[in-house]
Amino acid sequence: MSIKISETLTFECETGNYHTFCPISCVAWLYQKIEDSFFLVVGTKTCGYFLQNALGVMIFAEPRYAMAELEEGDISAQLNDYQELKRLCIQIKKDRNPSVIIWIGTCTTEIIKMDLEGMAPKLENEIEIPIIVARANGLDYAFTQGEDTVLAAMAHRCPEQEILISKKKKIVDKSVEELFSFLPIETDKKITKSTIIRSEKKVPLVLFGSLPSTVASQLSLELNRQSINVSGWLPSQRYADLPILGNGVYVCGVNPFLSRTATTLMRRRKCKLIGAPFPIGPDGTRAWIEEICYAFGIETQGLEEREQQVWESLRNYINLIRGKSVFFMGDNLLEISLARFLIRCGMIVYEIGIPYMDKRYQASELTLLQTTCKKMCIPIPRIVEKPDNYNQIQRIRELQPDLAITGMAHANPLEARGINTKWSVEFTFAQIHGFTNAKDVLELVTRPLRRNNNLENLGWTDLVKEG
Amino acid sequence: MKLAYWMYAGPAHIGTLRVASSFKNVHAIMHAPLGDDYFNVMRSMLERERDFTPVTASIVDRHVLARGSQEKVVDNISRKDKQERPNLIVLTPTCTSSILQEDLQNFVDRVSIISDSDVILADVNHYRVNELQAADRTLEQVVRYYLSKARRQGNLNLSLTDKPSVNIIGIFTLGFHNQHDCRELKRLLKDLGIEINQIIPEGGFVENISQLPKAWFNLVPYREVGLMTAKYLEKEFGMSYISTTPMGVVDIANCIRQIQERINNILSPILLNYEPYIDEQTKFISQAAWFSRSIDCQNLTGKKAVVFGDATHAASITKILACEMGIRVSCAGTYCKHDEEWFKEQVQNFCDEILITDDHTKVGDMIARIEPSAIFGTQMERHIGKRLDIPCGVISSPVHIQNFTLGYRPFLGYEGTNQIADLVYNSFTLGMEDHLLEIFGGHDTKEVITKSLSTDTDLTWNSESQLELNKIPGFVRGKIKRNTEKFARQTGITKITVETMYAAKEALNA
Repeated sequence: MSIKISETLTFECETGNYHTFCPISCVAWLYQKIEDSFFLVVGTKTCGYFLQNALGVMIFAEPRYAMAELEEGDISAQLNDYQELKRLCIQIKKDRNPSVIIWIGTCTTEIIKMDLEGMAPKLENEIEIPIIVARANGLDYAFTQGEDTVLAAMAHRCPEQEILISKKKKIVDKSVEELFSFLPIETDKKITKSTIIRSEKKVPLVLFGSLPSTVASQLSLELNRQSINVSGWLPSQRYADLPILGNGVYVCGVNPFLSRTATTLMRRRKCKLIGAPFPIGPDGTRAWIEEICYAFGIETQGLEEREQQVWESLRNYINLIRGKSVFFMGDNLLEISLARFLIRCGMIVYEIGIPYMDKRYQASELTLLQTTCKKMCIPIPRIVEKPDNYNQIQRIRELQPDLAITGMAHANPLEARGINTKWSVEFTFAQIHGFTNAKDVLELVTRPLRRNNNLENLGWTDLVKEG
Repeated sequence: MKLAYWMYAGPAHIGTLRVASSFKNVHAIMHAPLGDDYFNVMRSMLERERDFTPVTASIVDRHVLARGSQEKVVDNISRKDKQERPNLIVLTPTCTSSILQEDLQNFVDRVSIISDSDVILADVNHYRVNELQAADRTLEQVVRYYLSKARRQGNLNLSLTDKPSVNIIGIFTLGFHNQHDCRELKRLLKDLGIEINQIIPEGGFVENISQLPKAWFNLVPYREVGLMTAKYLEKEFGMSYISTTPMGVVDIANCIRQIQERINNILSPILLNYEPYIDEQTKFISQAAWFSRSIDCQNLTGKKAVVFGDATHAASITKILACEMGIRVSCAGTYCKHDEEWFKEQVQNFCDEILITDDHTKVGDMIARIEPSAIFGTQMERHIGKRLDIPCGVISSPVHIQNFTLGYRPFLGYEGTNQIADLVYNSFTLGMEDHLLEIFGGHDTKEVITKSLSTDTDLTWNSESQLELNKIPGFVRGKIKRNTEKFARQTGITKITVETMYAAKEALNA
C-alpha cells in the first residue's frame, strides 16, 4: 500500500465503512445548551439504547429528552402517528412544560416516511408549544452533523430582523440597499461600492454553533476587544432568546460541521456569511477574528501579540509533540481544524479522515491548512472522505504513527498493539475554542504521550498475542 | 408509541452480536445505517477488549433506501471473508433494515456459494424480542446450523465421552460477571470430577459445535440465554440439561444433586455421592453459611430489601436474602417480562410482592414507596438509591464499567456465595453504626418530598409550617413530611399549614 503525500490539497473518498456516533447524539449537548427545550427522538429501541449507552450517567439527571419509541403498530401504520405524537407531547408538556419541543427524526421515520414536518405545525397549534423538526438520521449524516440539522431547523424560528438600521446608519451593500429601497434612506453617494461598514454603526453579528456558555462568552469577549459586538448566538441559552436574523445580519460559524446551517442562514434568512477558519487553536482563533474584522472593516488591535502570548504559554506542550506524527481516523468533522492546529504545533499529520467535507463552507480552513503546511515545510496530508476503517488500520500498522485520533471502538485494540490513541469524541465535548482553550486541546493530545512516557520503560507496550 | 427514557434490555441485534462475537473467529455484519455499530464501543470499553470487535456494518444510506442494497451486502460479506477468513459470518438485520424488507436471505444464499466462510442470516424479529431473547435464539440458530451441517456431512459423533462431561451453555460477552462465573463453574465441575466438553458461545469455535452431543448433559447457568439451545439438544439428541442456577448455598446444592442424578443415570451401577462434598463446602469452604449464623447477620434480621434485575439474578438473590439471611424481601421484580411465570413461581413464597415491568419509573416509585433499608438491583436501581439515600448492591445487568471488575468476583458457585455475602452485608448500613445513629439523632438526611419519584407534587408548604418542619430532627423529617403530604392529599388539602401537620399526626396516631 503506497502512502501518497502531496503538495496540493487532494481529496480521496473510500467506502464509508467507518465507525462514528449516530447524529442523534447531538441531543446530549443540545438539551444542556438550550435550557428550556425538550428533545423527543422519534425512533426505535436501537436509537434509545445508543443514547443510553453513549451518554452514560447523564441519563440519570432527569434529562430533558426522551424517546418516542416506535412499536410494531407504528411501523405497520395500525396506529395514527399524529394521535400518538400528540399524546406524548401533551404528556411532556404536563410533566416538563418546555418552551420548545424538538423532534429528532431518525432512520426509521425516514424509511416509513413519517411526515414529521407536516404534523409539527398542526400539533404546534393544538398544544401551543413550538415544535421544531430536525432529521438527524444515520442514513444521511454523521455524529456532529446532528447539531447542524437542529440548528438549520432552528434558524427558521429566529425572529425576523426589525429595522435595526436607522436612518443615520448607512448601508452600502447593494443588495441591502435594494431591499430597503422602500425605506427613506439617504444614500450617501460618497461611499464606495464595498461591503465595508463602520463598526460604530452596530451591524448585527450572529455567531452559530453550540458552545458551552463560558466558551461562548470568551469568544464574544475576544471580539469585543476588537470593538465588535456579538448581537446573538444560534443556539441561545434559552429558546426565547433566539437571535434576530434577516437581511443585513452578518453570521459566522464557530464549528466546521455546520454547513447546512450556514446554507440556511444565507439562502433562507438572507444573512451574510463570513467565511473564516474556525477558532480552534490560537492560529485558528486569530484568523477567525481577522476575517470577522475584515468583513466589518476594522483594523485588528494587538491580535498578533495575543496569539504570540498563547503560543508562548503552550511551549511545554509543543516541546512534547514537535516532530511527532498523528493519524486522524475521522468521525466528527473537527479533523481539518485540529490537524491544521497540530501541524502549526510542529506535528506531522499522515492522514486526515473525515466523514464529510464541505469544501465551500470549509474553504478558508482548507486554505489556512495549506499555508500552514507551507510555512512549516511539511507536505499536505491526504484528506480521506468517508474513510474505510479496515484500510485505515492497515495504513496505521504500516505508518506506526505516534498518535492515532480515533473512535472508542478502535482505541483499546490499537493501544493493545502499541499505538497511542486519543479518543476523538473528547474533542467534541471538551472546550477547545478560542485563545483560552488552546491549552485544553493540547492537554488532550498530549495526554496519551505523557501517560506513556511514564510507562515507557516497563516493557509492556504490545499486549496482544499474535497468531 | 411509548415515551421511554431508559431501557433495561437492549434491542434484538445487540443480543445477536453478543453471541456472534463471543465465538472465536466469527464475524457479524450488520445491515445498518451509520452509527448503529456502537456495539463495538460497548464491547471495547466495557469489556476492555484488546482485540478489534469482529463486527462491521454494511451501511444502509440514502442510496440503499432508493435502490436497495443490490451488490453491497454481498460485496461486504465476501470482502470480510477474504480479509479475516472467519469460520462463520452472521448477517445481522437491525430494526431499520428489517422494515426495508430486503430479501437478506437471498444475499446470504448467493454469497454462500462464493465464500469460504459459512454465512447465515440471524433470524430475529426486532419488534417482538429484546436483546436477551434474541441472544438465546441466535445461539440456538448457530448450534442448529452446525449440527445439521455435521449430520449432512456424516461427521456427527454421538458417542459419549469416557468420563462424565458437560457442556456449559450461555456464557457470553457483556454478560454480568460471566467470565468470573465461568471460571468458578469450571472449578466446581473439576471438584466433582466432571470434564468440560464445550463452553459456548464464549471462546468456542463453531467447528467444534458438532462435538456438543458427546457430553453427558448440559448445564445452563442463566435462564436468559442458553435454554433454547439446551431444549433443542434435548429434543434432537436426548441430552438432558440442568437449568438450576448454582447461586447461593441452597441452590448450589440443588444443582449438584441434579448433576449427581444425571451422572448416576448413565454411570449405573457405580453410583456417585456428592453429599459429603456439599457438606464440606457448605460448612467450611464457603463462608456464607457461617456468616448467616454469625451475630453480624443477626442484625439484618427482618430488615426490608427490594430486589430487581434479570430473572436469573433477581430470583436467586431473593431466595438467598429470604432463606439464607433472614432478610425481608418487600418486593422482588424482574424486567424479563417474557419469563414472568417462571419468575413468579420462583419467588412467590419469598417476598411480599412481585413486580414485573420494564419501566424504570415504576421501579423507582415502588422503591420510594417501600423505603427499604437496601436495594439489590441494576445500575438503574443504584441511581434511584442514590436519589433516595438508600444503599444499593448491583446484582444484575444492565451495568456500567465498574461492574466489569478486574478482580475475581463470581456470583455462582461457592466463591460466589462469599462475594454475595459481602455485597449484601456491605450494602446495609453496618449494624452497630445504624444503632448508634438512631440513638444520637442520625445524619441529616436529604429531604425526600414524596413517596414517588415521578413529578406530580402540587402541594405547597406555607412559611410557618416550613419552619415547624425544620424544627423536627433531621432523621425523621423526611418521614413526617411525607406523612403530612400523604394526609393532605387524602383530605384534599393543597396548602399545608402547621394545623395540617398536627392533624396529620393525629390521624396517624388514631
